[in-house]
Amino acid sequence: MELLSVNAASVRLSAQTGAQLALSQVSLRINAGERIALVGANGSGKSTLLRLINGLLLPVQGQVRAQTGISQAMLFQRPHMLRLSVLRHVALGLWLRGTTWTAARAQALQALQRVGLADLAERAARTLSVGQQQRVAMAQALALQPALLLLDEPTASLDPHAKREVEALMEDFARSHPQAAMVFASHNLGQVKRLAQRVVYLEGGRVLADLPVADFFNPAVLQSRSPSAHLFTQGELA
Amino acid sequence: MEKIAGTAWQLLITLDPQLLSIVARSLSVSALACLLGCAAGLVGGSYLGVARFTGRGAVLTVLHALLAVPSVVVGLLVYLLLSRSGPLGAWGWLFSFQAMVLAQAVLVFPVAAALSRQVVDDAEVLHGEQLRSWGAGTAMRALLLAWDARLALLMVVITAFGRAISEVGAVMIVGGNIDGFTRVMTTAIALETSKGDLPLAIGLGLVLLAVVLVLNALVALLARWSAWDSRAARGMAGAL
Repeated sequence: MELLSVNAASVRLSAQTGAQLALSQVSLRINAGERIALVGANGSGKSTLLRLINGLLLPVQGQVRAQTGISQAMLFQRPHMLRLSVLRHVALGLWLRGTTWTAARAQALQALQRVGLADLAERAARTLSVGQQQRVAMAQALALQPALLLLDEPTASLDPHAKREVEALMEDFARSHPQAAMVFASHNLGQVKRLAQRVVYLEGGRVLADLPVADFFNPAVLQSRSPSAHLFTQGELA
Repeated sequence: MEKIAGTAWQLLITLDPQLLSIVARSLSVSALACLLGCAAGLVGGSYLGVARFTGRGAVLTVLHALLAVPSVVVGLLVYLLLSRSGPLGAWGWLFSFQAMVLAQAVLVFPVAAALSRQVVDDAEVLHGEQLRSWGAGTAMRALLLAWDARLALLMVVITAFGRAISEVGAVMIVGGNIDGFTRVMTTAIALETSKGDLPLAIGLGLVLLAVVLVLNALVALLARWSAWDSRAARGMAGAL
């Protein structure tokens, strides 16, 4: 079942004045239960595509069509905590989506238990470590029970231990929500191999490859389908 | 000079009723003006911090230009508004406490709006996308980010109060410096100095200096507190 589709969408960031687009004629179908990795060099358009899917950016051409009522949650590369307690920070997202404050607090506490941070519920969110903050952000996203979870390089600023913890939470989400889709941007090809079913390769704001993970990591297949994606993986894996 | 300073000191320690009434009037006019000007300024500034619309740049340019408008010009504008033939002449506020509050509120508004706009704009850069992805609209983001940056906004309020209490031109024009009625610290200092009654002018000057010193100490304290809070957050976040 298709959750969301991006159809020939182009995006120009407000800071860009020239003719160059951050995304150019990008098309993508996201189906229920899929785990999709977006890979590509810095500036290739991964984060822009995630923001487009999340509705934070609007296309100048093309369109994004989502199934009616689909709930989304997005995790950013670097979590920014508000000057609130951990519990209130998580509950705020729920409250903004229409849950009553009492119910939001209860659901937030459950989500914090799920990510192993219930003990820190009353701590000031900004005083947590970056790894813990990313887990708080994950709890926040999980509390929203999204049908589509978007993650923008969620482990890029974390140490190996914190990285493993967040990856475990992503795997846990995929397991416990088989009907939900997860789209994540990553530079870590090992992570992509571990977590994704499908890999979308972007370069210069264009999708140059959209392959099952086994094909993406098969050099012969990748070279025949997308030589530049093949070069990218060789560079990354060397 | 020593005799003058001694008399001024005497006025202060004996809590001279004339001096006290001027100080009390001055503080109440500026506090009320600050309340009104900051209420409008913080709301408008916070909204401008997150809202993106055509013409926003022009609005910000005008707002920043208003920061540099001399208080006598503000006084003149409010005078024209409140004068008998002006659009608000029917209120009968000219040369009254209310007129001084209105003039100082107008003076304080751009300070509060411009500074709070900057504070909330910075917060929007950090948290805006996250709040938008949670579904927060422009007004809700302005409210949440203003609350998040409350320490910095408190500094804005104190700065605005400092601007109000220390100005002389606007209250002189719209208040008229009427003894026992619209005389405040700054206008009294100007008048007493011109009359040669230096003890009262010096006494009031010392009170005004003390008020400004306390305000600046508060701002410094808040700035240190805010910096400590951010450093602590960064330190803990970086420590892992």
